[in-house]
Amino acid sequence: MTTSDPDSLRLDRAGILLGIRRMAPLSLFVIVFGLAFGVAALQQGLSGLETLLMSGLVFAGAAQFGTLELWGPQIPLVPLIAITFAINARHLLMGASLYPSLRDLPTASRYLSVAVLSDANWAMAMAERRHPTQRLGILVGGGIALWLAWMLGTSLGVIFGSGITDPERFGLDAIMGCFLLAMLVGGRPAPWVLVPWSAAALAALAAMAWLPPHSHVIVGALAGGITGLLLPRKEPAS
Amino acid sequence: MTLPASTLGVIAAIALMALATYLTRAGGIFVMSRVPIGPKVERFINAMASSVLVAVITPMAVNGDWGARLALAATLAVMLLLHKPLPAIGAGILTAALWRFLVP
Repeated sequence: MTTSDPDSLRLDRAGILLGIRRMAPLSLFVIVFGLAFGVAALQQGLSGLETLLMSGLVFAGAAQFGTLELWGPQIPLVPLIAITFAINARHLLMGASLYPSLRDLPTASRYLSVAVLSDANWAMAMAERRHPTQRLGILVGGGIALWLAWMLGTSLGVIFGSGITDPERFGLDAIMGCFLLAMLVGGRPAPWVLVPWSAAALAALAAMAWLPPHSHVIVGALAGGITGLLLPRKEPAS
Repeated sequence: MTLPASTLGVIAAIALMALATYLTRAGGIFVMSRVPIGPKVERFINAMASSVLVAVITPMAVNGDWGARLALAATLAVMLLLHKPLPAIGAGILTAALWRFLVP
């Protein structure tokens, strides 16, 4: 048994399988979102193969939906890339927050691991407090599960056309919010974080009201981070 | 700058979109590997990490309908009681579906 920094992550097959298993329930719902995307992309005029290619390579539902209306006879590149970057910019902060436990990995696996970084597996990895060494497996395994579900859903949407037309009726649109909230609270946060969280919530709402679209996540997260930095030290050493 | 929606044009646009997305995924660890991580940076990261989720969830609650709000409230309540994500998420979805079924 090699004992190194207990927070450092290891990536092995068992960890990845654990991540896949832990993410399986949510992945079922991701299939529904993928289906909805496949249907919407076909209606926008993309071919089935193009739609699958996008889901496979981009693998970012919010950005794919958010830029869908740009796909016409002429594809405007600047808005396409700018909106994609803006919607996905939260990944920058999520990746940064993973770094302290990820730095012991070889550079190549470090950059390969974040290829499947997305909201759900990141949140699940960060909520894993009891076994921080499993974090990377949850990130990568969970990411693989989400990717497979996203592809399966997109394929179903492309093949069967209209499936579930209004997921709102079944409350399915609420699932991502509920999942992220469960991960947020499931990390058993210390009471002091309520201060940065309040700052983050207020800043996000202010950004939604007054700043360009899609900036609210970044603004809120930075506000929360800065507030945490300015708070008097009470945080237990992790 | 536009690309024609030919097969090649669409593939190129998708590739650019994928590249932009990957840069956001890799950018965080790229920058952090060049920043010395002292206690201050760590405090910033710790507070920022959970604030990302707060900033994603809050607008869902504020801009959503009552179904979405009650779903989040139900998830929070069950999560605080049981500390188990699956029942909490299930309660959330059920609440949203029930609300929309009963209050059309």
